[in-house]
Amino acid sequence: MILIAVKIAILCMSIAILGLIYRLIKGPSMPDRVVALDAIGINLVAIVALVSIFLDTNAFLEVILLLGILSFIGTVAFSKYLEKGVALERDRDL
Amino acid sequence: MKTNDLILQTTTKVVLFIIILFSFHIFFAGHYTPGGGFVGGLLTSGAIILLMLAFDMKTVSQILPVNYIYMAATGLLFAGGTAAGALFFNVPLLTHAFGHVDLPILGDTALHTATIFDLGVFLVVVGVTMTIIQTIGEDE
Repeated sequence: MILIAVKIAILCMSIAILGLIYRLIKGPSMPDRVVALDAIGINLVAIVALVSIFLDTNAFLEVILLLGILSFIGTVAFSKYLEKGVALERDRDL
Repeated sequence: MKTNDLILQTTTKVVLFIIILFSFHIFFAGHYTPGGGFVGGLLTSGAIILLMLAFDMKTVSQILPVNYIYMAATGLLFAGGTAAGALFFNVPLLTHAFGHVDLPILGDTALHTATIFDLGVFLVVVGVTMTIIQTIGEDE
């Protein structure tokens, strides 16, 4: 029973990622693309969690942490670039 | 223009230690499970990049006064030295030794020389990644 629910959930997440990829390519403005990329990362985390429920294993749990951290750092870098024009500043007080 | 980064800076001060702790976990898990020096090094450099994003490169170079090129060279020395050290014991190159040691608190622990090799890989990855980021990431 739960396996069927997990299968349906994985299908929904995959369709959500397809929609987000459309937004990533088409997105009228740059912030749309950044939000779409962040949401793709979160959906990937959800898919990995569902797959590890489906396969009844805990081998993929570190992948979840890794994807979460990398997605967070990437989103922060993109947001800072969009807000300030530079990603890494040499001196903040200048 | 001066912008207010209070939320990002406060979050970074907490999240940084979680990322570094997780990278050490990945580094030491690398023998029997997924992980190892490469992923651990990438996560550590990710933590340093997060620090650079929240603050600036001048502050980070005051916090971590490390020349990353020397760091990569030290890592290469560790990895190459571990690989070549096997030749002194009349065994093929890159042969690793391991043994069980009774440590005071941890009890019976398996110690491998592969960890020293992995530490070399870790230092090389952190050094090279931070050199690349500092070279291409700075403004002007």
